[in-house]
Amino acid sequence: MQLYRSHVLVCGGTGCTASKSDKIITEFETQLENSKIQDEVKVVLTGCFGLCAEGPIVVVYPEGSMYTMVTVEDVKEIVEEHLVKGRLVKRLLHGEDGDNSDKSLDSADFFKKQLRIALRNCGVINPESIEEYIAFDGYKALGKVLTEMKPQEVIDTIKDSGLRGRGGGGFPTGIKWDFAAKQQNDQKYVCCNADEGDPGAFMDRSILEGDPHCLIEAMAIAGYAIGANQGYVYVRAEYPIAVNRLKIAIEDAKKYGLLGKDILGTDFEFDLEIRLGAGAFVCGEETALMTSIEGYRGEPRPRPPFPAVKGLWQKPTILNNVETYANIPQIILKGAQWFSEIGTEKSKGTKVFAVGGKINNTGLVEIPMGTTLREVVYEIGGGIPNGKKYKAAQTGGPSGGCIPASHLDTPVDYDSLIQLGSMMGSGGLIVMDEDTCMVDIAKFFLEFTVDESCGKCPPCRIGTKRMFEILERITGGKGEEGDVEKLEILAKNIKASALCGLGQTAPNPVISTLTYFRDEYTAHVKDRKCPAGVCKSMMQYVISTEPCKNCGICARQCPVDAISGDKKTPYVIDQEKCVKCGICMEKCPFKAIFKNV
Amino acid sequence: MKSIAELEEIRKKALEKVSLRSTNQEMRIVVGMATCGIAAGARPVMNAFVEELGKRNINTVSVVMTGCIGVCRLEPMVEIVDKEGNKVTYVNMTPEKAVRIVAEHIVNGRVCNDYTIGEADKK
Repeated sequence: MQLYRSHVLVCGGTGCTASKSDKIITEFETQLENSKIQDEVKVVLTGCFGLCAEGPIVVVYPEGSMYTMVTVEDVKEIVEEHLVKGRLVKRLLHGEDGDNSDKSLDSADFFKKQLRIALRNCGVINPESIEEYIAFDGYKALGKVLTEMKPQEVIDTIKDSGLRGRGGGGFPTGIKWDFAAKQQNDQKYVCCNADEGDPGAFMDRSILEGDPHCLIEAMAIAGYAIGANQGYVYVRAEYPIAVNRLKIAIEDAKKYGLLGKDILGTDFEFDLEIRLGAGAFVCGEETALMTSIEGYRGEPRPRPPFPAVKGLWQKPTILNNVETYANIPQIILKGAQWFSEIGTEKSKGTKVFAVGGKINNTGLVEIPMGTTLREVVYEIGGGIPNGKKYKAAQTGGPSGGCIPASHLDTPVDYDSLIQLGSMMGSGGLIVMDEDTCMVDIAKFFLEFTVDESCGKCPPCRIGTKRMFEILERITGGKGEEGDVEKLEILAKNIKASALCGLGQTAPNPVISTLTYFRDEYTAHVKDRKCPAGVCKSMMQYVISTEPCKNCGICARQCPVDAISGDKKTPYVIDQEKCVKCGICMEKCPFKAIFKNV
Repeated sequence: MKSIAELEEIRKKALEKVSLRSTNQEMRIVVGMATCGIAAGARPVMNAFVEELGKRNINTVSVVMTGCIGVCRLEPMVEIVDKEGNKVTYVNMTPEKAVRIVAEHIVNGRVCNDYTIGEADKK
């Protein structure tokens, strides 16, 4: 067996692959050969580290040095300096001062407050190697349940752990499994919802890309617990890397006898298949997802009967989210007690958030439930760029709501978010700064639901469209007296009457922005003003004569020739022609151009 | 795979290949690999450490490189650092010395006094 003194881990998640991490791997191999140390240093492809804003990411072990924003050209320097001479390439190290040389991975602010359970193998193992997964206790939990535990004991362990569904609703996982286990039927199914559709959320993708065997193991455990021998993973086709790695993982698991018949010498059998989603957001809803697996158009149906009673092909079925499954093997190995000690009273364990928007460390973070939003935004997330002020954070994507600055210290868990009028959702967290118009944000999310409404029930199909039209009117400067009230009535009725989760939660962004930022709606309607200066119909760009040096850059940059003037006459913007693109303001070297709201 | 025992077998084998990435290392072997160290033969010394640790299935010790420590006349130099940060510095290293250090110092906890910097300075 070949032993290496050093491992170079290169992130192969979607984000880093997009910034050429595959070419970085090839370059490392070439450079190692050039320096004749290819037998001493191993290059490993791995999953997402979470710090996507600074990708591509390369981590060198045993030092654990984390290099960020590595380019193909940097590879030569890392090989020659770090791997040949043992000198860290400080300019590429993560952290402002490049001084966290020893264990930069764990000591970085971004990782310090995190607790990685679902993501524990992401960025540690090679997702395409079943042996590396096994090395980190992979399939040990499956072995444990098959040989030491009765199905009911597995269910009780999950119940006692307090694990709740990570996909949005937060339903207790153990109870769901119990329902399905109690059904008498010749055939049952285990399904995984990997149809991650919330704008901005990508934790499921990262788990599939970084630790696909974890999902396979957990689904087999679920199959044993409820008495199912067949599983389906419903994953969206827009995740080619994730699909590919999952395929490799399923094939390897079959080769090793961890899927199929007589698993680990017991008489338990379980098989797994992938089903690709075609990009409809509604297929993330459980009944629509199962209809889609059956081969029909993905539309929801009324519940009850719940899937645990009549699911896929009318058979009892459990459906859990990827992140929920990712917690299962650890709970089996470390016990329900260990898991239930993490988090808050009613929300146990950790939650992965995809942090995006106006924040420095865009990426994936896994935190214990009950961590405050302030810690997420300012400590882990590194604060808001350009010294701007925090205005709100949107959680739960188009089904959730916003959390204003006054609630920054709320511990984040299922119940506290619902109390604030938002929801956990699948864990998208979009941070907004003072330059964000809340009416515009509500419009953005509503446009998404209008697009994605499947059209089966009228409240969602027609109601969300009407709400969107009103919002368009308001942001377009044509808001009418009573529009806000109309929005409220519509929101209430849609919530009460829509068929599935998509429609029932679609008005949430409007309701929550109305709760916390009603004054912005009023300003739009009554004063015809957008306080944040976002809604183009209500603002103007103007040149202030004082700082203006008559350089003429703005006039040359303007795409519609709306700026006129010369060395002697002051430059002015023709508001009739101006399309409000903002290029002039961006290009002005003297900051002489302002938004007039 | 037919049994749990077989799974455990694969796990143990695979663990050796990835233990480098675990953060709870008992000891670190730091090899001076600046120009002076490399010229004096530090690379075969480092490889000897890696090989010997592999032979003995020791996966709680990592071999890392460092720059010039400043006593170039005594290169190749190696420092063994334990969890508490206690250091022992070995000088004028050879691959043969490396094998003995693994056996005595790393495995049995007995410092090879005759190879240390203190001894070298007495001569």
